[in-house]
Amino acid sequence: MSDDHDLPRSEDVGEAAERRQYIRGAVATLALTLAAFGLVGSGYVSGGTALVVLCTLAIVQIAAHFRFFLHIDLARSHRDDLQLILFTALIVALMVGGTVWILFDQHTRM
Amino acid sequence: MSDVRHPGLNLGTTDSPVHDAAEETVFGFWVLMMSDLALFAVLFATYAAMSVHGIAGGPAPVEIFDLKSTLWQTLALLASSFTFGMAALALKYDDDRRALSLWLGATFVLGALFLGLEARDWARMVTEHGATPQVSGFLSIFYLLTGTHFVHVAAGLLWMLVMAAQLAIFGLDGAVKLRLMRLAIYWHLLDVVWVAIFSFVFLSGLAP
Repeated sequence: MSDDHDLPRSEDVGEAAERRQYIRGAVATLALTLAAFGLVGSGYVSGGTALVVLCTLAIVQIAAHFRFFLHIDLARSHRDDLQLILFTALIVALMVGGTVWILFDQHTRM
Repeated sequence: MSDVRHPGLNLGTTDSPVHDAAEETVFGFWVLMMSDLALFAVLFATYAAMSVHGIAGGPAPVEIFDLKSTLWQTLALLASSFTFGMAALALKYDDDRRALSLWLGATFVLGALFLGLEARDWARMVTEHGATPQVSGFLSIFYLLTGTHFVHVAAGLLWMLVMAAQLAIFGLDGAVKLRLMRLAIYWHLLDVVWVAIFSFVFLSGLAP
């Protein structure tokens, strides 16, 4: 093993630990998926409440996908990736939020 | 900013030269995928407006969506993300190409299952509800959004076939490893997009 590059400890965990991460990710994302489908399927949430609940569950699940499947965490060596993802999230929020704002505003004026 | 970029998915110390090469190529691929997410964001924004104001007398979301079918599609894609994770582990730790091929094969089957279920769902919407894209603005953007994701998944399956051929011909060399790592990022991000689709299109459509 050559070690001329600095490999952060968080990445040098070995196969068994890494497999556990994937299994943890699978359990977490499956639970969040079933929670979302269960809440809507049982008719427990609807309308504005449903949107808020679904939005929260989706954000948590997307974070879990990045954390467990794509290995993006807060480790120093991932900060470039994390900054890129957060910047994209900002652009996405601006585009979606701005479009929805303008189109709904225009609709009320028509 | 750190000088050394470690892409999230990595080879670690199991293959140091390729691990170092991955820093740049995989980061570049991340940038490409983020611009792909921006494309989906615009489709989502249009859908958000059209699914409320663009029904135009046609069928509404709650009339044509099917919870059970969406759940099966979601589980197929979620399982395929996990099997690709196992493939990535085999890529990193086992020089054994058999485990890698088996997990990739499982991912391919689950991805194909997803495509089949989604195509069946569209066929049901069209035949039972006459919900074709030209009926309303809502249906136009619905098929455009889910169709764009469908085409991405299909492209992912094609990519897997190409990688299977490369594995057979070149073996597990550095270039093949790097391509598989990029395919992994592509595949996991498609699942992320699907999370947004089932939450904001199907589930919020079914809970008006």
